[in-house]
Amino acid sequence: MNATDIQPAGHTAIWSALEVLTDPEIPVVTLRELGILRDIRRGTDGMLEVVITPTYSGCPAMGQIEDDVRATLAAQGVEARVVTQLAPAWTTDWMTDDAREKLRAYGIAPPRCGSAMPAPGASAVLRFAALPAAAVPCPHCGSANTTEISHFGSTACKAQYRCLDCMEPFDYFKPY
Amino acid sequence: MNAVEPRMAASVQAPVDYLLHLADNALILGQRNAEWCGHGPIIEEDLSMANNSLDLIGQARLLYQHVATLQGNGATEDTLAYFRDVPDFRNYTLLELPHSPALAGTARGDRDYATTIVRNFLYSALMVLVWERLQGSTDPQLAAIAAKSLKEVRYHLRHSRDWLVRFGDGTDESHARAQAALDHLMPYTTEFWADSAAETAAQAQGAGVHPGALRADWDALVDAALQEATLVRPAPAKGYVTEGKQGIHSEHLGFVLAEMQSLARAHPGATW
Repeated sequence: MNATDIQPAGHTAIWSALEVLTDPEIPVVTLRELGILRDIRRGTDGMLEVVITPTYSGCPAMGQIEDDVRATLAAQGVEARVVTQLAPAWTTDWMTDDAREKLRAYGIAPPRCGSAMPAPGASAVLRFAALPAAAVPCPHCGSANTTEISHFGSTACKAQYRCLDCMEPFDYFKPY
Repeated sequence: MNAVEPRMAASVQAPVDYLLHLADNALILGQRNAEWCGHGPIIEEDLSMANNSLDLIGQARLLYQHVATLQGNGATEDTLAYFRDVPDFRNYTLLELPHSPALAGTARGDRDYATTIVRNFLYSALMVLVWERLQGSTDPQLAAIAAKSLKEVRYHLRHSRDWLVRFGDGTDESHARAQAALDHLMPYTTEFWADSAAETAAQAQGAGVHPGALRADWDALVDAALQEATLVRPAPAKGYVTEGKQGIHSEHLGFVLAEMQSLARAHPGATW
């Protein structure tokens, strides 16, 4: 995985203040690790800007995330605005290796292959029956003997799987 | 990853009518699919339709926000979604139809999941092609929305195509229902390829794509799935071509809007 971690360049105090913020639905990974927190920079008018990017277009957590960032900045006495930027589109490829491991330990199988995988045309069909090589390992027991229950799950970013060895159901964070 | 190549040409904003067409498609189908929330045939499909609607309504919001910025004059995503009437909507007629087979007694009583799946398949197959092209739109905001939407609609296509094959190549009952839904809905897809002023203008600017250019790719995608599903593509329709994207709708859209807009209209400006 070529996780592109966002390297804090300057504004160190603000980066570390925002580092405590986690995803509202997945409280073990930080916004930076997920790739949602993109940048801290000076706007053209000189005002500080914290740049975030939405995950799924309709993700209901984005409002909460924006509020969390704003509240943290206010608590630090930092005057800054929150800018939501769509491009480049968020991808699970940006998730750091640390974040993937934390997801797994939390019981969510991390995305297996990113959108950077050898890309078929956009209209090529993703098959329902996963090939053995593409099996999603169980986050509980590590077995690759798993099966998809449903394409969609409890949040927009997840699918439902089940382990056929330990029999536990689990969430799979879908590649995006 | 689907990197969006910045265009060398100066950015051109897409025509508002074209953006509204894309936004209304997403909103109306999102509203329709959300009708399954709490009524899905199985809980996994209940969740699937709720997730699908969340994506579609999210896409609609991004597009309406873009339109509101271009229009100014107090327009917001809410005024565009809740305070326009039937003739203002630019969605395909296909997307406003109830989830019932043709000639159903009452739309609500005869909600049919095969109809839902076939419609989502026909629309998602088009939108993967549309969003793919729009990533290169001269309108940078539209290109950015397209890059996100493409990732989402690929999952919608996967889901609906998978169920299409399961229904078609399933039991006699599921096959018959899927074929009936296909026979009912396919004629409405003729509208995809009809000319509209908004699409022609958007195409000319490089901001949009005329779906006529995507027809062969769409046919190939649909035909391959139908073959796998052992379903028969109905003969091309020769009758009336629906005109929802021109603002001329079926009797069903008014009911969709009444349900969707009543709360916002009863309490204008309310927040929670």
